[in-house]
Amino acid sequence: MPDIAKRKTDIGPPHYEQFLPPIIKANYGKWKYHEIPRPGVLVHVGETGDRLYTVRAGSPRLLSVQTIRQICDLADKYCDGYLRFTSRHNIEFLLTDPAKIDLLIADLATAGFPVGGTGNALSNIVHTQGWIHCHSAATDASGIVKALMDELIGHFTSMDLPGKLRVALACCVNMCGAVHCSDIAILGIHRRPPKINHDRLPKMCELPTVVASCPTAAIRPVRKDGHETVEVAEELCMFCGNCYTVCPAMPLNDPLNDGVSIWVGGKVSNARSEPGFSKLAIPFLPNNPPRWPEVVDAVKKLVDVWAANARPYERMGEWIERIGWPRFFRLTGIEFTKQHIDDFRHAETTFRRSVHVKR
Amino acid sequence: MSDERRPTPKLDDLEKGPWPSFVREMKRAAEGSAMADQLLGVLELSYGDRVGHWKHGGVVGVRGYGAGVIGRYSDVPEQFPEVAQFHTMRVNHPAGWFYKTDALRKVCDIWEKHGSGLTNLHGATGDIILLGMKTESLEPVFAELTENGFDLGGSGSVVRTPSCCVGPARCEWACFDTLALTYDLTQHYQDEIHRPSLPYKFKIKASGCPNDCVAAIARADLSIIGTWRDAIDVDQEAVGTYAADGLDVRATVCDRCPSKCMAFDGTSLDIDNSACVRCMHCINVMPKALRPGLERGACILIGGKAPIVSGAMLSSVLVPFMKLEPPYTELKELIGKILELWGDEGKNRERVGEFIQRVGLGSFLEAIGLEPMPEMVKHPRENPYVFYEEYFEEEK
Repeated sequence: MPDIAKRKTDIGPPHYEQFLPPIIKANYGKWKYHEIPRPGVLVHVGETGDRLYTVRAGSPRLLSVQTIRQICDLADKYCDGYLRFTSRHNIEFLLTDPAKIDLLIADLATAGFPVGGTGNALSNIVHTQGWIHCHSAATDASGIVKALMDELIGHFTSMDLPGKLRVALACCVNMCGAVHCSDIAILGIHRRPPKINHDRLPKMCELPTVVASCPTAAIRPVRKDGHETVEVAEELCMFCGNCYTVCPAMPLNDPLNDGVSIWVGGKVSNARSEPGFSKLAIPFLPNNPPRWPEVVDAVKKLVDVWAANARPYERMGEWIERIGWPRFFRLTGIEFTKQHIDDFRHAETTFRRSVHVKR
Repeated sequence: MSDERRPTPKLDDLEKGPWPSFVREMKRAAEGSAMADQLLGVLELSYGDRVGHWKHGGVVGVRGYGAGVIGRYSDVPEQFPEVAQFHTMRVNHPAGWFYKTDALRKVCDIWEKHGSGLTNLHGATGDIILLGMKTESLEPVFAELTENGFDLGGSGSVVRTPSCCVGPARCEWACFDTLALTYDLTQHYQDEIHRPSLPYKFKIKASGCPNDCVAAIARADLSIIGTWRDAIDVDQEAVGTYAADGLDVRATVCDRCPSKCMAFDGTSLDIDNSACVRCMHCINVMPKALRPGLERGACILIGGKAPIVSGAMLSSVLVPFMKLEPPYTELKELIGKILELWGDEGKNRERVGEFIQRVGLGSFLEAIGLEPMPEMVKHPRENPYVFYEEYFEEEK
């Protein structure tokens, strides 16, 4: 038993300053501009003329300690031990000597890390845990990302797209990956109501919490075989899984009905158009491991059609806004269905309330 | 361990192809960890029956904290006893995700000794994720982490680990010091991060400019996004160089400006800053010629969240412009009032954005002592059902 008096708590994270390389300390807040001399390489120029080179490499996000040490070896060899990570799981090596860039990129290639993700390109896919670690996953995350990036890697290692392409994947509507504002969002969905385990529910779950957890008030308390339990009005269930999160006796996971939906046209940046949510493109595709060919084909098609038709700097949503949704569905060959029309809160704000129709 | 490894034909397929493979990572970790080895088996099982095999819940954590550990159990423990317990630990990352290799190696050593050897760099919260450990390892890992200067992040109904973009460390567009602010807030809210005392999660994210590289507007309950109040800083000579180098300034910059506030006559760029919405597009396209103005600060927005429970929301403007200098008194007072009000009045699992929807933004502002401002809305209300708390009566 460790000595409680000596136990350290609430120290917070290490102070970032100790991890900043000298060139960053010298130019902190005094950077003048940056350029992208080649895909995956940034150069930031300070007011004094100092030049900091960043080499950005993609990672699978799931990293073993062995691979982290390998990454550390490269940072020791080329960057005096300094490196950082991006909000999209990329690794960034920070160099002061431009002569070392090619050597580092060659070593990264040998180690299996592609360099890219800068400028008008596809960056790494932000994603969640999926079947590796999550209880509510309606699909896997890492598998789809790997299968998709194997196909789209050319858009990561070059800057051949009209604008930035931000793809994200969340394995259920909890959206730990916050996919809801991405150019292309891949979202795991459930499609059948929870299967209630009436024996376990009274022992495991707090009834008022379960009832209150439902956004459509579909859950009601009932008495069954002498137990206090709940029932679900299935016609009101939209498969959000919130009840399952507060009550493990109400699982939704179901191999026949779980799968993947595809959403398009969202963004978080304020550049040009305002930030906005992604909109439904494809309501359902099946879980087909290990490579989810239906999902990979659908996303590739969306990227191809956008890349062929968008103007410079036009993100997916800005392109669709310009051409209109009817043409988007025609160009992509995606069928427009009942599921595409919102029927939750404020659905009417998404209806076309004018005769302005682009054809 | 490799002699007893079960075949994983489906996962093996994902070792092929040019993108770095997570399966290779699992196999590397499995060389030294029976937990990682059995995780491969669990995932292969999921790839066969197309359903996850994890159960959540249970009260697991380190002593004195109610956050930082996500309890996870296998629903096939007989088949995979090594991962019967497979908890996640969230370790608060350094602001901006900067590291020196010695610190990162230290975390690896601790994790190799006590856990699965698998991590996420980083999780969606921003934390370092230590993926998969037994209950008995929680205290030893925590002790060794704190011994080496690391602490746990948030989980559950707490102030979550604040995170931020690279900021002034490596970006000329940072309108405030995102790293200093994030470190300061993280230290200030240690108790609120580690001990659940709120209706639900409360996320704080700081982006240095309107490009919002940490998706603060979509992912944070309190979004702090850098902006400026004065004119865009223009280097006309550098604009000319972009044009001479082949950039179509009119088509690519002026025509893409959302407020159409700029014109280019072939030699000089004329910006009507009174019409500029500070979106960053022109600056993004010509970083050598244009920069945010000098009077820099941040816009504070509130209420962003993913769909659970009552639908996804983007944060909306709460304070159009705030200077952010240490010790950040104005911001901390504002956050304090929000946490107090929502902490007292919010329902269980009601995010602050949903709380504002329920009580009304007007009432919320009144309760935290902010004046309503036109910057907070796209337009005034259209619906004539207006609430008044008081009315006049004829004097008798």
